[in-house]
Amino acid sequence: MAAEGQEKLWETKKYDDVRIYSDEEIWNYTDEELANYKCKHDIPLLEELEEGPWPSFVSDIKQEALHRHKLPPDKLMIPADVCDDLLGQVELSYVEKETHWKHGGIVGVFGYGGGVIGRYSDQQEKFPSIWAFHTLRVNQPASKFYKTDYLRALCDIWEYRGSGLTNMHGSTGDTVLLGTHTEQLEPIFFDLTHDLGVDLGGSGSNLRTPSCCVGKARCEFACYDTQDICYELTMYYQDELHRPAFPYKFKFKFDGCPNCCVASIARADMSYIGTWKDDIRIDQEAVRAYVAGELKPNAGAFGDRDWGPFDIQKEVIDLCPAQCMEWDGKELKINNKECVRCMHCINVMPRALRIGTDTGCSILFGAKAPILEGAQMSLLAIPFIRVEKPYDNIKAIVERVWDWWMEEGKNRERLGELIQRKSIQEFIKVLGVPAIPQMVKEPRSNPYIFWKEDEVPGGWERDIKEFRKRHPR
Amino acid sequence: MSLGKFGYYNPDKPLEDRITDIGPPHYEQFFPPIIKRNYGKWLYHEILEPGLIVHVSETGEKAYTVRVGGARLMSVQHIREICDIADKYCDGYVRWTTRNCIEFITDSEEKARELMKDLESRKFPKGSYKFPVGGTGCSITNIVHTQGWIHCHTPATDASGIVKSVHDALFDYFKTMKLPAKLRISLACCLNMCGAVHCSDIAILGVHRKPPMVDDEVLAKICEIPLVVAACPLGAIRPAKTEDGRKTVRVNQDRCMFCGNCYTMCAAMPLADKEGDGVAILAGGKISNRKTPPKFSKVIVPYIPNEPPRWPKVVDTIKKIVEVYAKDARKYERLGEWAERIGWEKFFEKTGIPFTEKSLDDYRLAYDTYRTTTHFKYTEHVWQLAKALEEAE
Repeated sequence: MAAEGQEKLWETKKYDDVRIYSDEEIWNYTDEELANYKCKHDIPLLEELEEGPWPSFVSDIKQEALHRHKLPPDKLMIPADVCDDLLGQVELSYVEKETHWKHGGIVGVFGYGGGVIGRYSDQQEKFPSIWAFHTLRVNQPASKFYKTDYLRALCDIWEYRGSGLTNMHGSTGDTVLLGTHTEQLEPIFFDLTHDLGVDLGGSGSNLRTPSCCVGKARCEFACYDTQDICYELTMYYQDELHRPAFPYKFKFKFDGCPNCCVASIARADMSYIGTWKDDIRIDQEAVRAYVAGELKPNAGAFGDRDWGPFDIQKEVIDLCPAQCMEWDGKELKINNKECVRCMHCINVMPRALRIGTDTGCSILFGAKAPILEGAQMSLLAIPFIRVEKPYDNIKAIVERVWDWWMEEGKNRERLGELIQRKSIQEFIKVLGVPAIPQMVKEPRSNPYIFWKEDEVPGGWERDIKEFRKRHPR
Repeated sequence: MSLGKFGYYNPDKPLEDRITDIGPPHYEQFFPPIIKRNYGKWLYHEILEPGLIVHVSETGEKAYTVRVGGARLMSVQHIREICDIADKYCDGYVRWTTRNCIEFITDSEEKARELMKDLESRKFPKGSYKFPVGGTGCSITNIVHTQGWIHCHTPATDASGIVKSVHDALFDYFKTMKLPAKLRISLACCLNMCGAVHCSDIAILGVHRKPPMVDDEVLAKICEIPLVVAACPLGAIRPAKTEDGRKTVRVNQDRCMFCGNCYTMCAAMPLADKEGDGVAILAGGKISNRKTPPKFSKVIVPYIPNEPPRWPKVVDTIKKIVEVYAKDARKYERLGEWAERIGWEKFFEKTGIPFTEKSLDDYRLAYDTYRTTTHFKYTEHVWQLAKALEEAE
């Protein structure tokens, strides 16, 4: 029941169209009141975390606690003191060194199997306002750009119907709303979809909220349009995102280049990493400017330490993993056929070197954290593929992989574990691609090859009596 | 906006006016005009000073980004303050990075510098910065982390408190760019690693050390026994019956590796324990393909007890690693690349961290990490071994 026109509501919508609180209600406390704010519970250990230069989450939660107390009661749908009770329970954990959240809790919104994480306190008598403290994962806009109108509206909804505490952002990328009561889940979902034009993200055994790097929006290294494919696949696979039908979680992450700013190679079942086929573009004039010390190496990233004058031989040529570069004092030469596109030279001299123009991505599969079989990074199965709208070539791969994994995968088995259990040979058959040397660091060293019967002339059926005629016992 | 207990939602007709499957808002409407105009046209960038980056477009336009660190746990009041700042300096646009930094983008250097001054002046009542500027280039930027005791049901440690403590101690490295390369720290409060810390320069990982207890009274009622048995990667859980005939499970405790997967599957098998739980420190991982392939982080310190509120031993250990690395590594060398060049024996020698048998792998494919060459360096470890050999004679 997707509503047309919800995707770009904020081209015209303003915060004032939907606001709940007036400016006076929002800034309803003085600095002095804040400095003197006393939490409902004693929290001496947590208060030690208000000291020191790094932003203090304790000070911030106290700010929200005070603010809630000063709002009119009819402007809060869950108790004013949820932040106090949260601080109280965390303080108790600081004393006892154990969590006080109960195991799980199945809650959600009608028709969805994910997006809400149920959470209940096991100290409900002491901290009644957080007896339930459920989390909503809200699908972030690609690359986490926001208009303040949208953010302010989100803040109003979340203060009115929830704790007013968030994570900006969760590990997978969602805008995380931290803590509300069960009866507010549906009203929040209605507010999000109707007024904000935003949906919940993924949780449980489904497609998790895809995420991408900053890409072409503000990076010269982006080899493909990370935002566009992230948005397109998120929309195309809404059913898989909201209604768990998978053996376990499945993640897409889109890195625009091999610098891998969203860590797809370590975290995503399907890691899309930008790359190119042609030559690195060279501006020889700019190379000479780096050598002459007129430009700062690595875009100024080493600015606060004197590393001595830039030495192109030592810092670029010698550190190239493919050893495919030469500098004769005047001209930089790159043997592009030998280049592995690691990004080092481009990172060091961004004004002189640019990625190629014939671009696409590599697709790697199977990354995951240690549970269960140990941590794995994604394996390179598709070295190069075009990344162009409407991405039908990529969707076809996604669906072949999902069909196989849903058929063969055991409960809570990630794709990478299935590949390990069933073999890479079977996996590449599913992809429909031949084995190529780029898939391995080196060929296997053990000779235990699982030959198939049809690969051996005459098959495996033999007659022992015939054998014995030639070789008596 | 909808008001009242149920707002737009009608509990009697839950399907009425329900909108589903609309996905995220389209990203383009949230791009600052300068980003929209120069999408895909960026030529190069330069870090002008810590926390201030300029991106130059082929159109000649320049986008100035001010990067700010902070807690990823954030109140709506804090976000509203961010919005006020973004309205004042950035025409109402703001973004977050993958590592939870806030980025303000403007089209003039002058505005960016005013903004930086403004950001640095804002503090919480006890004096911590609200918006410290930094986290660019060869620095330690935001530590990504998980929920910990704030909101998770399986943690072996807290997250926000340790992260705050480590950041306080390493604040100077956030504000400056004097390391040999960037250094990424991450924290996951249990082995589930919703923070995926396994490829970080330094990872702080919550670990359990006591096998699960079995709540016989409720196990069969709330858990699927075959699923619980299958949940154990080491086959250490078997179906059993209590003396009074209840169905339950038993754990072969000697086989348990404390992964906690059984508890994830079954609420009747809790592991958390104030004496058992704590953190491990891993080091030497990386994500980027730059120069060398991505690497896993390695277990350097197998266990440090939980010491809230400030976790001093964790902080000291990390500080020590960072300082030795900062002094010893070559330009462009990530922590793991440095450790591999000098040899892990030298890493332990230089940092003074004791090497224990817990850093020897004994899980699957463990042999891959054993040294099968005569290449090694002489460190004190070798003489300790020689002495032990003599004593064993």
